[in-house]
Amino acid sequence: MTTETLSLLDRVRERLESAFPGKSFPIIQNTSPAAQHSLLLSSEDAVEVAKFLRDGDGLKFDYLSNVTGVDWPERQIPEKKQVQVPAPDGNGTVTKEETTTHTEPGYLEAVYHLYSMELRHGPLIFRLRTQDRGEKNHLPSLTPVWRSAEFQEREVYDLFGIHFDGHPDLRRILMWEEFQDYPMRKDFVEPDDYEYEPTPHGKVLERVKARTTPAPQEVK
Amino acid sequence: MTLSLQGQPLGTSTRLLDGEADGSILEVSMGPHHPSTHGVFRMNVALDGETVVKLKPVFGYLHRNHEKIAESISYLGSIPYSDRLDYFCSMTNNWAYVLSVEKLGGFAVPERAEYIRVIVAEMTRLLNHGCLIGFLAQDLGAMGTPLMYAFRQREKILDLFEALTGARMMCNYMRFGGVRVDLSPEWLQAVRKLVDEYPAFIDELEALLSENEILKPRLQEVGVLSRELAVQAGVTGPGLRASGVPYDIRKVDGYGVYPRLQFRVPIGEHGDCYDRYMIRLLEMRESLVLLKQALDQIPAGPFTNPQIKLRNLRPKAGEAYGRIEAPKGELGFYLISDGKGEPYRYRVRPPSLINLTPLEDMCLGQNIADVVAILGSIDIVLGEVDR
Amino acid sequence: MLGTGIVNGMVQTAKNFLGSFHDAERMVTVQYPEQRLPIKENYRNFPFLVHDGNDPDAGLRCVACKTCETECPAECIFIEMLRDPAGKPAKRPKVFDIDISVCMGCQICVEVCPFDAIKMDQIFEIATTDRFNPLLLKKEDLIKSNDYYHSLHPIEASEVDARLEADRQKKLAAAAAKAKAATPAAG
Repeated sequence: MTTETLSLLDRVRERLESAFPGKSFPIIQNTSPAAQHSLLLSSEDAVEVAKFLRDGDGLKFDYLSNVTGVDWPERQIPEKKQVQVPAPDGNGTVTKEETTTHTEPGYLEAVYHLYSMELRHGPLIFRLRTQDRGEKNHLPSLTPVWRSAEFQEREVYDLFGIHFDGHPDLRRILMWEEFQDYPMRKDFVEPDDYEYEPTPHGKVLERVKARTTPAPQEVK
Repeated sequence: MTLSLQGQPLGTSTRLLDGEADGSILEVSMGPHHPSTHGVFRMNVALDGETVVKLKPVFGYLHRNHEKIAESISYLGSIPYSDRLDYFCSMTNNWAYVLSVEKLGGFAVPERAEYIRVIVAEMTRLLNHGCLIGFLAQDLGAMGTPLMYAFRQREKILDLFEALTGARMMCNYMRFGGVRVDLSPEWLQAVRKLVDEYPAFIDELEALLSENEILKPRLQEVGVLSRELAVQAGVTGPGLRASGVPYDIRKVDGYGVYPRLQFRVPIGEHGDCYDRYMIRLLEMRESLVLLKQALDQIPAGPFTNPQIKLRNLRPKAGEAYGRIEAPKGELGFYLISDGKGEPYRYRVRPPSLINLTPLEDMCLGQNIADVVAILGSIDIVLGEVDR
Repeated sequence: MLGTGIVNGMVQTAKNFLGSFHDAERMVTVQYPEQRLPIKENYRNFPFLVHDGNDPDAGLRCVACKTCETECPAECIFIEMLRDPAGKPAKRPKVFDIDISVCMGCQICVEVCPFDAIKMDQIFEIATTDRFNPLLLKKEDLIKSNDYYHSLHPIEASEVDARLEADRQKKLAAAAAKAKAATPAAG
């Protein structure tokens, strides 16, 4: 299954590169034994590429199986560098190793799994990435191309906050309409005023104690 | 009008009729408390007389954020949670999850375990389809008789699951690289007895329902799902096959030992509710055929892979998507691992949710009584829709 | 003829109705609580702690290693290790709480326990009127004897006993061999 998937991906990539000259389609490698590598598409031509994948001869990916949202928060990556600093005794410079951190920007990602019911091949996996996790969280909606994305993109909007432009009916699907935050993001803080039962495990109990223990009164 | 976070108006809200002040259209919420919606499921229906003009499904009442819970417990600890997705069919849920983790980690499964998995999965398919037919008849007003017959048969299968795993519904049976406990010869004998007696029950259901003059006009030509829309909307499972598309993941992907077993896949012609009901009856018969073969062919051997650790399983960083033909459709799990003991992203591809996508198209122009029949024939379980 | 489908259906219903008077297969209702079905050996509900012998404290198999606490997916177990006056861990639990209103009965704690100390009980008639406190089982409620374990799961308990006995014999043999190698022959 792995070699078939890789060659399917390569074949699809060749067709895409010949149909869309000038555009690049990088392959994101998958390091697990499943070896399900994926294509990275850019937001501008995603809808055209999707239509080509759905209708092109020999491709015919007519079945969109799964739309997933993934949250990649920004990461601090430490880097070791050799720098020249003045020597302590004043004679020339010595080399010292310094660790600096460089920030890898965060983004939100939507992963699409495609299969072909007509030609019985698949899966073809491609990803769309937003620019950041704040204001620039817009991606084109693929609902006009595959109808099965309708509810799944709504769910990704609801839980991650990716705004899909061109979706016919983008509103929250699992949370209620007035809910404000995006629950599946990695920095989501759970409210501790659920209707809960204090379990013997300290975590919820401690949060409740911290919230309900009155602060020590000042003695006047 | 609801506003987004940035203050712009979003698409349509759950009110169906913004701006249409025509008094002849009645907006009804077939609300979450409803005996026929298979769970806490709500449909906002706009009616012109008795004909459906617009329909928007609303769900999320059973949302337990299973995907986020799975990010904080180990891979082993997610198995009992996966039981509770589609709470009727816990064995197939387990199998889909365990298959995805095995793909992620490249784990091998011994042959006996694969046969055991096929046996319990086909038993699950039997009980799911039987209950669905019972629930469909119940929703149409048969007041419980076919449902109770189906439950009587389901009890026999649940007793077998209890004897094997210790729990009737939440079996928690599959493990990475095999199953948790082995089958005993007495258990296999009991399954053989069940397989010999089951066709009588399917005949009984067929005699009770298939030619019934009340059922046929209520289900035939109702809720027609065309072939193109079914493929476009990502419908899978019996709903897709009833519309004429020959796509069964057991044949296409050939996971487990299905390539060694001979079975046929029933395909429908019209795509209406009656076809979906008949496909499920025929699939029950094919499940019995599969069970007989698996019971004959099951080899002796190990039932689990001893090289896979139970605790502290840390698959290599990467991702995998594994899918099986669950009784409701294609159940898939998409896992992203970053090398730690918990998954980085755990996604369930719920067949019930995606099978609901063309619900509005199927119901437009039908009577409101047909909405119940159509929803019943799609076969949803809210545990899976909402996760 | 119109109506044959319905008549055929009625024949099935009549067969079931009349058959339930003389055919045990068709009479499926068990009049609980006057009649009870026998509980299968493998049936599991909530966990309990096993103690060997007659003394619940001395024979307790649990060493408070906290493996079950870490692996429990519902996080319903809470363990505190007993420490002797010097502060050293005494390899026994001081506090062992299981919140059975949270416990799902998944038996992962049983699978991962390295000492066969926690096993699945079969109690289910434990309805209470207070939602919180009676459903938090403390150590005293959870410790039950090995004989009780045998009465619930005879086959499984015999296997566990055989395995523990074999381990004990191996340890004794290893200790004897070590002692023999350590003391040289008195010359």
